[in-house]
Amino acid sequence: MSLVVDNKSAVTQNLLEQLQKNSSKIAFMPDTEIISAIRHLEEKGIPNNKHEDYKYCNLEAVLRKEFKSVEQSFNELTNADIASLKLDEAINLVVVNGNYNEALSEKMIVKGLTVKSLNELSSSEKTLLCSQAKSDTDALIALNTAFTSNGLFLEIEKGNVIPMPLHIIYVNSSNSHSVINTRNFIHVQANAEVTIVESFHNIGTAKVFSNFVSEKLVDENAKLTCHTFQNEGTLSYSVNTNQVKVNKHSNYSNTTTTLSGELVRNNHNVVLAGSNCEAHLNGLFIATGTQQIDNHTLIDHQMPHCESNELYKGIAKDKSTGTFNGKIFVRKDAQKTNAYQSSKNILMSDDATINTKPQLEIYADDVKCSHGTSTGKIDTEALFYLKARGIGEESARKLLLQAFAQELINKIEIPSLHEHALHLFEKAL
Amino acid sequence: MISIKNLHASIGDKEILRGINLEVKAGEVHAIMGPNGSGKSTLSSVLAGREDYDVTEGEVTFNGKNLLELSPEDRAREGLFLAFQYPVEIPGVSNVNFLRTAVNEIRKYHGQEEMPAKDFLALVKEKSKLVELDAKLASRSVNEGFSGGEKKRNEIFQMAMLNPKLAILDETDSGLDIDALRIVATGVNKLKSKDNATIVITHYQRLLDYIVPDFVHILYKGRIVKSGGKELALEMEAKGYDEIKKEFEIAD
Ligand SMILES: Nc1ncnc2c1ncn2[C@@H]1O[C@H](COP(=O)(O)OP(=O)(O)OP(=O)(O)O)[C@@H](O)[C@H]1O
Ligand SMILES: [Mg+2]
Repeated sequence: MSLVVDNKSAVTQNLLEQLQKNSSKIAFMPDTEIISAIRHLEEKGIPNNKHEDYKYCNLEAVLRKEFKSVEQSFNELTNADIASLKLDEAINLVVVNGNYNEALSEKMIVKGLTVKSLNELSSSEKTLLCSQAKSDTDALIALNTAFTSNGLFLEIEKGNVIPMPLHIIYVNSSNSHSVINTRNFIHVQANAEVTIVESFHNIGTAKVFSNFVSEKLVDENAKLTCHTFQNEGTLSYSVNTNQVKVNKHSNYSNTTTTLSGELVRNNHNVVLAGSNCEAHLNGLFIATGTQQIDNHTLIDHQMPHCESNELYKGIAKDKSTGTFNGKIFVRKDAQKTNAYQSSKNILMSDDATINTKPQLEIYADDVKCSHGTSTGKIDTEALFYLKARGIGEESARKLLLQAFAQELINKIEIPSLHEHALHLFEKAL
Repeated sequence: MISIKNLHASIGDKEILRGINLEVKAGEVHAIMGPNGSGKSTLSSVLAGREDYDVTEGEVTFNGKNLLELSPEDRAREGLFLAFQYPVEIPGVSNVNFLRTAVNEIRKYHGQEEMPAKDFLALVKEKSKLVELDAKLASRSVNEGFSGGEKKRNEIFQMAMLNPKLAILDETDSGLDIDALRIVATGVNKLKSKDNATIVITHYQRLLDYIVPDFVHILYKGRIVKSGGKELALEMEAKGYDEIKKEFEIAD
């Protein structure tokens, strides 16, 4: 045992001090939100493995070990730095170290689309901030709220279908240990439709704790299709919270592909707040080395006739750890709910670990819910069959892992992103 | 082609092959028969390199090479082919992609360039015709949802694609309807040449009416207890294995 007995508040206090020293005042965030965020953060503390939701993701230990001193010294980026991160068939918007960078972003006038930084919000738009992600629900949301940077605000006006995907490139680059609290708000108004790709990168030379919060509000009869692409490398420790609210007759989907990150924790929380809506959450990860990939989902069925579908697959190599924790709430009023959840994992080494935990809480009686998890090794019968046809061990494994992942990679319907994901996935194998 | 001397193999502490001797020369067809559980599939698995079995004694030379030292993939690359008694379903891997990988890895092993996509597809077309395999099956996942007969046809289709020196067909006839049996057997015969050889494992004379063996061997309790010409198969079909069982029971 170490000498530190319970220094939960010490780690949090230290972080607060470090960040307060290095941060300037955030004009767009109401003071009341900031004050309550700090209070919640101090009360709860950065979660450690004693916290039920962070059992396999000890953030406190990470901060204590890796981010004792936080210097917040960032690199300026140029077009050359981000050229390779762009997607051809999309409008590329760039967020550098948490701040929307208009100069690096592609300017395009698209009917019904508003793109601006958070500090340009009108007073009515400001009321949206923190309407979805609440500081009292999670210490990481509180941390983000208290020290948030000047992220993006996207709005699709009523009735507009954005004809091409928007690609938000979140790129971090620092030259000393930093904590980056990126935030955005995406509002899809009634009868509107958009596809958004969010890709996460770290091209700096120092370790980064990236604490991302995205609030997504989907109004009635609208459709938001998201692809999350995480490839931040081993200098990155990131927590990504998506707090999504889906209203009547609307459809939200997300496919998260995680290819690298020393620690990646995804909190994907979806509230189905109206009847007849759909949520589809998909995830694929490949963990190597000592990486920890932890997907937490929460689908809150509040109203009747909604459907949710979750499919998560993971491959854990070396000494890595993968976690899937899927909560489904079906509230009393959510009759005729259909909720499906499946998590499948492959362990590629004896030192790798997979944790899975489905959590269903059902308070309505007329619902269809199913969940299944499986974790196993690569199919040795199939492996032998391939080898018996002259295919070498390595190619045979690749074929089988590609086959395993294919159904998720195929959900990325944007050709260049699909290609890219496939290429990086194959490289990671 | 292949020379098997005093081959012993076991799984755990159970000895399944107990001294197999077999010599197959280029151009020959050998049939292996024998009661259920006598070790026919084990022999083919051991030859193909399945790692579950421990070879405890004996040697196998395949075209001058020590077969037992080679990895399963290198055995295949050297020209050994096993048509599985129970072909494996591999969801998500398309037949075509699987075969292209196999063809090219074998070519690479022999220092050849990859086969151009066009040639490969032409080959697929030609060889699937040979066993009248529905073209649609080629694009489906390997054996996934294939009927029993389709799986067996697919094995011979793969054999045709890979053009092995020694093919071991483990009960390829089981599960085939009468027409399919003829088609598959005709396919196998077309692939026969003076430079390759075939070992056919079967329970039924039916198949041997089409693929006529030069030698027939009876495997019982892990040993070849009797060998003869094609008439031995007819004899077994008529008499059953009772006599053999009686005679060799003692030697258990
Ligand atoms: N993996 C295994 N574990 C335990 N026993 C095995 C294993 N594989 C084979 N055996 C045993 O070895 C013996 C020979 O099996 P094998 O499959 O080789 O028989 P076979 O001659 O091919 O029979 P069949 O005609 O039914 O196909 C059987 O008793 C079988 O149960
Ligand atoms: Mg058998």
